[in-house]
Amino acid sequence: MAADAKTRPDPAGGSAAGLTGLVRQLTGICGQEHVLTDPLELRTYECDGLTSHRAVPAVVVLPNSAEQVAEVVRACVRAAVPFVARGSGTGLSGGALPRQDGVLIVLSQMRSILEIDPVSRRAVVEPGVTNLAVSNAVRHLGLFYAPDPSSQVVCSVGGNVAENSGGAHCLKHGFTVHHVTGLQIVTPQGELTWLGDGTGVPVSDGYDLTGAFTGSEGTLGIVTKIIVKLTPIPEQVHTLLAAFATTTQGGQAVSDIIAAGILPAAIEMMDALSIEAAEAAVACGYPEGAGAVLIVELDGPAAEVETELDTVRVICRDAGATEIRAADDPDQRAKIWAGRKSAFAAVGRISPDFIVQDGVVPRTSLPAVLARIAELSEQAGLRVANVFHAGDGNLHPLVLYDDAVPGQARAAEQLSGAILDACLEQGGSITGEHGVGVDKSRYMPKMFTADDLDTMQLLRCAFDPASLCNPGKIYPTPRLCGEIPGKHRASWPAGTEIF
Amino acid sequence: MRSRDMAEQAVVLPASTEQAAAVLADAAARGLQVSIRGAGLGWATPAAGLVVATGKLDQVIEHMAGDLVARIQAGATMGHVAQVLAGRGQRLSLDVPPDITIGGMLATGTAGPLRFRFGAPRDLLIGITVVRPDGVVAHAGGKVVKNVAGYDLGKLFAGSHGTLGLITEAVFRLHPLPQSVTYLTAAFPGHTAAARAIAAAAGSPVQPAAVELHWPCGGDLTVGVLLEGTSSGTAERARQLAGQLASCGATAPVTVSASAPGWWGALPGAGFPVARTTYWLSRLEQVLAVIASADVRCSAAGSAGAGLLYLCPPDGADPGPVLARLRALLGNRGEAAMATGPWTPAGPLTRAVKDQFDPMGRFT
Repeated sequence: MAADAKTRPDPAGGSAAGLTGLVRQLTGICGQEHVLTDPLELRTYECDGLTSHRAVPAVVVLPNSAEQVAEVVRACVRAAVPFVARGSGTGLSGGALPRQDGVLIVLSQMRSILEIDPVSRRAVVEPGVTNLAVSNAVRHLGLFYAPDPSSQVVCSVGGNVAENSGGAHCLKHGFTVHHVTGLQIVTPQGELTWLGDGTGVPVSDGYDLTGAFTGSEGTLGIVTKIIVKLTPIPEQVHTLLAAFATTTQGGQAVSDIIAAGILPAAIEMMDALSIEAAEAAVACGYPEGAGAVLIVELDGPAAEVETELDTVRVICRDAGATEIRAADDPDQRAKIWAGRKSAFAAVGRISPDFIVQDGVVPRTSLPAVLARIAELSEQAGLRVANVFHAGDGNLHPLVLYDDAVPGQARAAEQLSGAILDACLEQGGSITGEHGVGVDKSRYMPKMFTADDLDTMQLLRCAFDPASLCNPGKIYPTPRLCGEIPGKHRASWPAGTEIF
Repeated sequence: MRSRDMAEQAVVLPASTEQAAAVLADAAARGLQVSIRGAGLGWATPAAGLVVATGKLDQVIEHMAGDLVARIQAGATMGHVAQVLAGRGQRLSLDVPPDITIGGMLATGTAGPLRFRFGAPRDLLIGITVVRPDGVVAHAGGKVVKNVAGYDLGKLFAGSHGTLGLITEAVFRLHPLPQSVTYLTAAFPGHTAAARAIAAAAGSPVQPAAVELHWPCGGDLTVGVLLEGTSSGTAERARQLAGQLASCGATAPVTVSASAPGWWGALPGAGFPVARTTYWLSRLEQVLAVIASADVRCSAAGSAGAGLLYLCPPDGADPGPVLARLRALLGNRGEAAMATGPWTPAGPLTRAVKDQFDPMGRFT
């Protein structure tokens, strides 16, 4: 701690005098109106999209340039005060959960699109720019920004970089990491530097730090400019809805589509309970009594999409579809999507409380894991609505409960955890797109060995040896960066050929 | 293998990740320099100290065709991998030479013409097993295509040239083999027309899989475009694209063929030494202008639509001045540098990462 040793330590762990001095410096950097210390104002930043974890930050600062972010970080480093970056605060794993003893650096003032190069199909944007704003700014050029997390109206590109956000269309178009070709960052030491040069070809004299940084959940630095790839708007888009009696039949259709060599832009599935909820909320008009609804979106050159659509129709019919609808005009397509897009909010209307889970299994394990979820749901006596990205095996089970009923919240939490165990048993992952944050760090040792986690944190030690940048996220046990690597002595085992 | 002198000249071929871990732990205890060899095709520095070769780690361990995923050992050659995956109508969409190994391709970040559509090895890599310089085995990622749990060490190791540790296994996302492929080639008399044609193809709604340039020293610029899809679809798309290319000023009718031109995916000139330039596509015309007007007239070829060209000077000539002019043109939005010769990681963050993984600097 840089603060005077005689000062009274703050209950949160920092030093009150240290923080007072820091606030003065932050005010000098960003101006008084951009430094918040009023408890009521601070409270609005106590959580991100995951409201079950809350912490009121000691200070909130809203810089408006990369240089200000760098100065803010340097001031935090000098005071040895931890800092957390926040975009729009829509994250679902508590990745932007503030530190009570730290500074929350909010990037929402930095929302300019700095450059659009249509020939290179690149845009340079500030981190606070919303995801959808990028597509809106380039649509007249026949381009769009492909990653489309469902929060795209509000979520920021900087936040997308931190989380390596996906979206419904990442099956074909890839994740944020496939669409980011350069990052200007402020390192945890406060240095402003570039990773990647925007070409999309990794630099020749260094590691692919653009790739490694993307998805690091704000623990390796703060992104201040992003060079994104823009994608030509597909010539044709078809959206098909198929209703099935069971999710097993729907799952069979998904497998057959993939086996036919078709890579749709999106394949989404909803089960009976989530259809019921969506119907009640937005009257989406999905086929009555369906046990599963599959939404398949095909995009690409017109000459290919028509053929693919015919094939998908036949596959769905053969798999037992009771009704098939297809649309290629934007309004009709939006109608098909309406139920799916409203699903999370709709579940809120049929249940006082719910937990959104985010697990992944190999696509061929979907039937097995859905059966297991049904079993777990029955055992726990809690309903689970399944909405998922079927094409890439990414499940979003919604565990329904009522916080007013004693013990239900805990049972829901346990059920939600058991679903993750079921995903891991199938060789899957504890998170496909929401991130680990604070919410899932305790599950990391179930997916990775202690050596795996230790090795990942070597990267963190390279970027942030003082461990001040969004500490306490992702990893359950922080690595001490000063550690000297252990010596491992072993003799060469039998069977090793030595020449 | 007791003495240090002997070990420094040894080549060891571990047959499993466990064996590799034991070997590298022992090398760490002895403080040996270590270099890694796949097929030995690269332009790396000559082997020093203990050479760990991946020749016995040569299996496709799992091909989960229904999931479009494969787990493959580092020493498997791309040719072998392609053969195994084709058995189920699938491929790893990285069209590099068949004798290169999975580990060699990953470590050097090598990709072929399909880079335009599918990216570099890092873009298809979903899981990795490595042995650290201290002998510790670590995994990252997994075997599902969508996964954001933990740092993506695969991105870090892809293109790290063996300086962070040994890659023993990798898991890749696969794609179905296309039903039909069509190659379009068109020759252009000058770099302005060629640059326009490349930009048009790259941004075209026909969605090419590859956009290549072949430009022998002093000759015409030939643009090649690969379309993948159904047979009726590629035929229609080829018709559309041929019209676009012709309107950019092709010297002769655009050639449409089911087979690749002879130069497809090859390095320019005699292939050695080679320089490389990367750029934003909007600068391509100026990049080509620099190459065309240089005193040393290099041959050029590569994934021009993806922002990457390789350059080969005529016998014995120094491409240094061309590269300097390209660097001046590109600023911080591209590179121009030798692609052959030793690989030296630069930049404070890259060096900090190297120091964490290999504090004694033993892996070269």
